[in-house]
Amino acid sequence: MSAWDWQVFCKDTIDQAIVASCFGSGNDQSYLDWLLSAWGWTLKVSALALVLALMVGICVGVIRTLPHRTLALAGDAWTELFRNIPVLVQVFLWYFVVPELLPAMKRLPSYFLVVCALGFYTSARISEQVRAGIQSIPKGQLYAGLAMGLTLAQTYRYVLLPVALRMVIPPLTSEAMSIVKNSAVAFAVSIAELVMFARQASEETSRDIEIYLAVTMLYFVSSLGVFALARLIEIKVKVPGFLGAKQ
Amino acid sequence: MKKSLLVFAAALACANASVQADTLKKIKDSAAVTMGVRDSSGALSYTLGGSRYAGYHVEICQRIIDNLDKAIGKKSEVKYISVTSQNRIPLTQNGTVDIECGSTTNNTARQKDVAFVNTTFVEEVRIAVKANSGITNISQLNGKNVATTTGTTSVQLLRKHERATGVDFKEIFGKDHADSFLLLETGRADAFVMDGAILAGNIARSKSPADFKIVGEVLSTEPIAIMLRKDDPAFKKTVDDSIKALMKSGEISKLWTKWFEQPIPPSNTRVGMTPNENTKFAWANPNDKPAEDYAKK
Repeated sequence: MSAWDWQVFCKDTIDQAIVASCFGSGNDQSYLDWLLSAWGWTLKVSALALVLALMVGICVGVIRTLPHRTLALAGDAWTELFRNIPVLVQVFLWYFVVPELLPAMKRLPSYFLVVCALGFYTSARISEQVRAGIQSIPKGQLYAGLAMGLTLAQTYRYVLLPVALRMVIPPLTSEAMSIVKNSAVAFAVSIAELVMFARQASEETSRDIEIYLAVTMLYFVSSLGVFALARLIEIKVKVPGFLGAKQ
Repeated sequence: MKKSLLVFAAALACANASVQADTLKKIKDSAAVTMGVRDSSGALSYTLGGSRYAGYHVEICQRIIDNLDKAIGKKSEVKYISVTSQNRIPLTQNGTVDIECGSTTNNTARQKDVAFVNTTFVEEVRIAVKANSGITNISQLNGKNVATTTGTTSVQLLRKHERATGVDFKEIFGKDHADSFLLLETGRADAFVMDGAILAGNIARSKSPADFKIVGEVLSTEPIAIMLRKDDPAFKKTVDDSIKALMKSGEISKLWTKWFEQPIPPSNTRVGMTPNENTKFAWANPNDKPAEDYAKK
């Protein structure tokens, strides 16, 4: 195997000449610029998908625990629909099939459709965890809340959710980390993110190992960043004497 | 335990070293040749399902191996390995693949890692559009969506063109050729820029081939060649000689007609492409020049 050549990131993407500062100027772009912009796309798609997944996932998770059969069934259907279809297939469905049925969606940017696919897929998984969280609270607390004269909404808001949501932070952290890694499917529908960069740049420069190492590193750093953030939130919101937190 | 591991490692190292040294000897000793093939590289190299492969380059390689067998004096078994754009070069370098018969562009960057035999096919990058779009050349693509496939040289080419001519188009990338063609078919892209043979093949296999046409000037010319391990001149010479013989006898143009102009399996559609001038020139003057030499002309 030939020696590693990290200079590849300083090369211009058009004429393959090495740029002194490693960053292109004006219209010129080096592979390092491209790598960073690809990282930006990965983070952007992951962040938007995570926001969507959390909003939808928590709502669906709550609905599935309600004492209202039709609503609970609808929530179950949502979860089973989205978690039983492979995420790559969902991306293709959103990109190629849904716009055929709703022509107005053809004008939407492709990253928006990927965010839908990734967000809804993850929302199904999050809803399952939120449901588990709520159901792990003894039934007596729900009855106590209702007996005190709180409405069902108030019982959820002030009694059940504050405990349940704290409890599910660790599994939600895993979901948030997976979403960063799952965002690699976006490359299949023309998002210029890290996997696409890796495939294209290694084709152009024939320096596959260096490029894949850099991309691997960035995925690792991104996931670790998400983990650190989630851990910080977990510590900030903990209630002394509760769920293993020290008094 | 530790000792046996060490012995194993040493044996592996030895095996590796002997692989690197002499492909001809390796083929003779093992009575087997490993051919790297592609699953869907147009009519050049594709799968018929299972572990059966066919195509223009696959057949040329089979002829080459027949010649090798004659030189060695015994029949060797052909093993097929399906390779991708990403792994074809590493697999050729490390000796997993003895001869890669796919659709690899011969360029100077790759020549640092592998060797190419004489060019058997010169590809021209063209534009495919919908027949009713009215687009006839690249300057009309201003403001349009242009599809191409990730992991191909066409992406780089489009970027260069955009810079040089100031034509501003939006590139969208399919993950493989079928995907890029789907982008054109569904109207997400107004044009698909890719190697002519791939465009012709995709159009031929589409639901209504009359809806699409290939237009405009040739955007780039690239020699496509069979790939071998680097630094094995004896093997390269044997393979080159086989190819030269095919070119000299005119056998190669018969092979071309068989794969590009007549109906081919599995679906018996035809690609319908005659050899271009550059390809004919490469047949008349066997050479292994890289793509950069074609760009200079």
